[in-house]
Amino acid sequence: MADTAKTTHPQPAGRPEKGAEFGYVGIDAILEQMRRKAMKQGFELNIMVVGQSGLGKSTLINTLFKSKVSRRSVMPSDEERIPKTIEIKSVSHDIEEKGVRMKLTVIDTPGFGDQINNENCWQPIMKFINEQYEQYLQEEINISRKKRIPDSRVHCCIYFIPPTGHCLRPIDIEFMRHLSKVVNIVPVIAKADTLTLEERDFFKQKIREDLRVNEIEVYPQKEFDEDSEDRMINDKIREMIPFAVVGSDQEYQVNGKRLLGRKTRWGTVEVENTAHCEFAYLRDLLIRTHMQNLKDITSSIHYEVYRVRRLNENNTHPSDQPNGHSNGVPTHEVLSHEM
Amino acid sequence: MAATEIARQAGEGARAVPLSGHVGFDSMPDQLVNKSVNHGFCFNILCVGETGLGKSTLMDTLFNTKFEGDPTQHNQPGVQLKSNTYELQESNVRLKLTIVNSVGFGDQINKEDSYKPIVEFIDTQFEAYLQEELKIKRTLHSYHDTRVHACLYFISPTGHSLKSLDLVTMKKLDSKVNIIPIIAKSDAISKSELAKFKIKITSELVSNGVQIYQFPTDDETVAEINSTMNGHLPFAVVGSTEEVKIGNKMVKARQYPWGTVQVENENHCDFVKLREMLIRVNMEDLREQTHTRHYELYRRCKLEEMGFKDTDPDSKPFSLQETYEAKRNEFMGELQKKEEEMRQMFVQRVKEKEAELKEAEKELHEKFDRLKKLHQDEKKKLEDKKKSLDDELNIFKQKKTAAELLQSQAQQAGGSTTLKRDKERKNFF
Repeated sequence: MADTAKTTHPQPAGRPEKGAEFGYVGIDAILEQMRRKAMKQGFELNIMVVGQSGLGKSTLINTLFKSKVSRRSVMPSDEERIPKTIEIKSVSHDIEEKGVRMKLTVIDTPGFGDQINNENCWQPIMKFINEQYEQYLQEEINISRKKRIPDSRVHCCIYFIPPTGHCLRPIDIEFMRHLSKVVNIVPVIAKADTLTLEERDFFKQKIREDLRVNEIEVYPQKEFDEDSEDRMINDKIREMIPFAVVGSDQEYQVNGKRLLGRKTRWGTVEVENTAHCEFAYLRDLLIRTHMQNLKDITSSIHYEVYRVRRLNENNTHPSDQPNGHSNGVPTHEVLSHEM
Repeated sequence: MAATEIARQAGEGARAVPLSGHVGFDSMPDQLVNKSVNHGFCFNILCVGETGLGKSTLMDTLFNTKFEGDPTQHNQPGVQLKSNTYELQESNVRLKLTIVNSVGFGDQINKEDSYKPIVEFIDTQFEAYLQEELKIKRTLHSYHDTRVHACLYFISPTGHSLKSLDLVTMKKLDSKVNIIPIIAKSDAISKSELAKFKIKITSELVSNGVQIYQFPTDDETVAEINSTMNGHLPFAVVGSTEEVKIGNKMVKARQYPWGTVQVENENHCDFVKLREMLIRVNMEDLREQTHTRHYELYRRCKLEEMGFKDTDPDSKPFSLQETYEAKRNEFMGELQKKEEEMRQMFVQRVKEKEAELKEAEKELHEKFDRLKKLHQDEKKKLEDKKKSLDDELNIFKQKKTAAELLQSQAQQAGGSTTLKRDKERKNFF
């Protein structure tokens, strides 16, 4: 409990005469109370990884969370199969660090982009995301609600771009165009150790150009910047996306230290070395600085958009809707009915 | 066409996985706290108690500022609630504090309905939040939460037991708000009497089934202090914003001829305990209880009252929205009907007024005609008179000329006779 004598005085704003200042009240102890409550409750995070098979999705998740959270890497490689349809696999883990407990759910999408005809491959994913919103909405409108509604909404979707070095492919553009409206998309260049630094910069520029031309807003979205401080921080990030990442869960000896990396005959790519790849930036963004922001944008913007659309529809049961409905685009004007 | 079926594995009961290095999500509580700091906090306290028990003074003392101006009067016709919002800041924490005072509580002769305005006020705040939550386009994260988080109930320091007004009011409020009973102006009670008073109060509350707020004991860091404090309820407090020099320090105190009651001295009163519990330890819990227990209860009752039910597995899942739509249509229909009625009434009124005005116009015309006729009559009469006068005048003139003629003739004939007559007259004189 904070009980140190502080010299800052409580000042009532808007009162012409300053009240007699007697000393410390203790209002800022509420921060400590909130922290305690948060530690007790724990946190939840739901990340979805989307990309063709073989781009290192599972490895990257394992590297991000420094543990074997993604099961693919556990399976022996000759049993790997490319699924005939897009599957959505969601696996949860409880991880704990310095007293902070987190329920991490990783949603994998094997089969995405692997078929010969990939038309509408984004639809099952879109449907899944909307179903999570639906579930939350149903819980929220119950008469007797749970104390804490379990949050299964997808907070962040990491989209893996294969390192072609040219520009975005049509499937990439299609996917991101549709999904950026319902979820926070963080695009990354997978297996970036196949690109030289110049190729990487050129590729990134091309990608940013493509995103701009197609009006795709990826995270951090410009329109959700809260104030100028936010904008400054986010602008710096926007200049760096998409992050060129390399994932690895194996440690090698480099300069006397054990580091995560990929060892090749011509050298070792250090995963956490920012001169080699941008994994560290991605990790900092996702986990250390913007995790709460990702969750906030999901709950107060994407979910609200879904809710408005849903409450304006005329009582159609979600499973009656044909697939074409769930494309994230409102089928009619959203009016602001108020009670 | 690509066959896109979804084979989904539900997330299994999460298994604990050890981490082999520092990931960094231990910064999550910090991120959360930072977000809240940027946002600011709000806290709403309701002070219920009879006039003159030192409610305003206690608030001033608790928050170390002079909030309001003059003390309230005793001559209110009913119980009213006066609410004021202040913005306080301490280090980087901005708090929007709302203090609601009950004005005139306990002053009436008939106190049967004294609790009603208070209950209504609390319900209104819940209702406002519920409305915002049920809106289609809503802004919950920037909504100024006015729900009452804590109710400080001021008990008069009689030293005997609770008044029946207190019991009734607290019973009505205990399911709607966190009640923290405090003994006001406790420097009027001696220490031994105070202990007995507290025991009496607690036993009366228990025997009447009043649920007061218990400080939470589930978190180990604060369980101990909270459970000790629970035993000290109700807190006996003294409020003062005046400073008195004790030793070489200036402390808040009340000075009497027989001694000085120091507000922040734990031997003298429980003010420090109240401040500790209310602000420094349990503010967040009070807010949470209000939201998860009291508000949910209100919401459930209100929605059930409005006719919604939780869905059965086989009925449509969106009955809330349907019923809402139906009610809304009903309401709109009623509104339209009322509008029609009003319009009809308006038209009718207009007709009536028109008729009235026409009547008046007609009357006016008649009057005008009458007046005109009168005028004409008068005129005619006058003309007649004039005519007759003229006639008379003519006759007179005629007579006059005739007479003059005669006179002149007579004069010529008997001009001498007049002379003679004149002479005679002269001689006579």
